[in-house]
Amino acid sequence: MFLAEVIGTVVSPISVPELQGRTHLMVRPVTPEGKVMGKTKIAIDSIGAGVGDRVLVVDEGGSARQILDDPEAGIRTVILGFVDSVSMHGETVYDHRA
Amino acid sequence: MYLARVTGRLVATVISPGLAGVRLQWIQPIDEKGEPMGSQQVACSAIDSGPGDLVEFVDGREAAVALPGETFVPVDATIVGYVSQAVCGDLDLAKENA
Repeated sequence: MFLAEVIGTVVSPISVPELQGRTHLMVRPVTPEGKVMGKTKIAIDSIGAGVGDRVLVVDEGGSARQILDDPEAGIRTVILGFVDSVSMHGETVYDHRA
Repeated sequence: MYLARVTGRLVATVISPGLAGVRLQWIQPIDEKGEPMGSQQVACSAIDSGPGDLVEFVDGREAAVALPGETFVPVDATIVGYVSQAVCGDLDLAKENA
């Protein structure tokens, strides 16, 4: 799983069935301090995330199919949680309220 | 899943049986600014995409899972959605080439 920032929205009117009716969000992997750390991906939202949120994203098919409750979905990138805070070596490096 | 632009088509008549009749297309993965992200690659398409289209594609095992039909198609990248809007900040990648 990786930490990411939701940076945009994607609309896909024509897609494979398992993607229809779902929210597609652009997510950018970041370090807890917010430094960009990887390729921009499109994740399927499962918790109601929006642009600007710091979220936890899983990028593996089995987990995605379980979360989305669709055993045949060809999906692997799913947002599964909001991140409230991150602490490293006992020091808080990210807090969503800050 | 990633954003990409379809840049071309590829025909391979002598190909492994699982891929017979599968549409193969050249795609250039892009980031939220529309810049190339990673190298061009060949993906099969589960929808009616064509050169110039902005699309979403999935890689890894989910590429085979996303393809319709029961048989397992040996591919590692599949276009799964046509994108009509991809907004990050004030940029809409779908409008860029409209």
